[in-house]
Amino acid sequence: MKRIAYYQGCSLEGLASEYDISTRAVCDALGIELIEIPDWNCCGSSPAHSADPLLSSALAGRNLAIAEAEGCDVVMTPCPGCLKSLKGALETCHDPQQCDAFREILGMPFEGRIRAISVLELLYKDVGVDALRAQVQKPYADQVIVPYYGCLLTRPPKFADFDDPENPVSMDRLLEAVGVTVPDFPYKTECCGATYGVTRNDIVGKLTGRILDMALRVGAEAVAVACPLCQQNLDLRQAQVNRHMNRTFDLPVVYITQVIGIALGIAPKELGLDKLFVNADFLLRSAREEEPQAKTIG
Amino acid sequence: MEHIHTLSIQNTYDADFIKRVEEASGQQVSKCYQCGNCSASCNYTYVYDYPVNQIMRLIQLGQREIVLKSRSIWLCASCQACTTRCPCNIEVSHVMESLRIMSREEKMVSLKDIQLFYDEFLRSVKTFGRVFETGLLPVFNMKAKRPFGDMDLAPLVLKKGKLHLLPSRIKGRKEVAGIFERLEAFHKKHEA
Repeated sequence: MKRIAYYQGCSLEGLASEYDISTRAVCDALGIELIEIPDWNCCGSSPAHSADPLLSSALAGRNLAIAEAEGCDVVMTPCPGCLKSLKGALETCHDPQQCDAFREILGMPFEGRIRAISVLELLYKDVGVDALRAQVQKPYADQVIVPYYGCLLTRPPKFADFDDPENPVSMDRLLEAVGVTVPDFPYKTECCGATYGVTRNDIVGKLTGRILDMALRVGAEAVAVACPLCQQNLDLRQAQVNRHMNRTFDLPVVYITQVIGIALGIAPKELGLDKLFVNADFLLRSAREEEPQAKTIG
Repeated sequence: MEHIHTLSIQNTYDADFIKRVEEASGQQVSKCYQCGNCSASCNYTYVYDYPVNQIMRLIQLGQREIVLKSRSIWLCASCQACTTRCPCNIEVSHVMESLRIMSREEKMVSLKDIQLFYDEFLRSVKTFGRVFETGLLPVFNMKAKRPFGDMDLAPLVLKKGKLHLLPSRIKGRKEVAGIFERLEAFHKKHEA
């Protein structure tokens, strides 16, 4: 059993609670022990980056320092925004020009030998596609889902150090492993409007609208995501998108951990499927009903 | 683009500006040769006053005030598409981030609401140790004078049991506040 520090981050405590419970449930089913970082704090997210990079690094650094003190050498977070901050803190810690300032502001012992990864990286690299396939109890029948990666999981490539920045495939392969049909999705890394949901939701309307539109065009029944902010824009704000774009989208937006969890035989409630805003019960379908045949006369 | 911008660059030239941007960002903006990959990759050009390739050129031309007062630097979402595709290996997104910080320092922020949202977010972190979504939105709405912003979402969130009425205060919130205080002290020390 692997022992990994778990940093859920603030979103997963609130609007993205289903990402938290589905991540924990899937890891449990796969025999990965998650140690929640005791008394973790917010990483500061984009607001800290835009105020002072040292603030971002120190806020994220406190969590890393606690995880190190717990004896973990890997910390996993499902949130790509948090991951950016955690990795930024490690980069600052190892930068000879910033290291002293960072330690002074952090104000607690920290060696910086811990590694930060996303839940997607954990599933794709540490568990692996073949091992996941072997654990599937309820393969999907004929569900069609497009993977949407967003910005930060693979970009910038030198920093993310995971998958391909232009055409990532990790989620594609994981979805295929559990029996989902995965069409090519040209907008898999286009930005959804990020943090502008609150301050400029016209921008989210346009950018998220384009992503949902393309998903429908390639025949998807749902979009799979690995970011709480992307999910919030695509799912919670879908009605706002409809108003901005004069559309009638009704497309489920599910976390990759929920899709995998169902296939592993975990109960939908334990994956928070009922917490999504657009109903995603299609995941539970055993097979699509035949289209009624037109009656032939004579 | 709504306006045509006429510049008299000789009148507004700040010889020191590019050096300061390069120092703050650690990026060699002078290497940019205007291929336009960044703007071609950018999803936000349609709301910018200057496309990101023009921001890079304006930095080279020492146009400090135009750059730091631009809407573009505050509407950049840090999606990193420009950085990923720059053939000169300039971390363009990092440059934009440094410009946001400089525009704060020089009191030239164009989009005050975005700065306000970020500031309220950080205030929440400093107070509770974690961000309190339910508290952040009404405070921001009040201060930004948009009392009904996102009110349509409240019944949806309530129905799903995702509306938390109390913040989760962490035990180490004094440690977190200490980070903010030490940062401030650090900058004061280095300014002196």
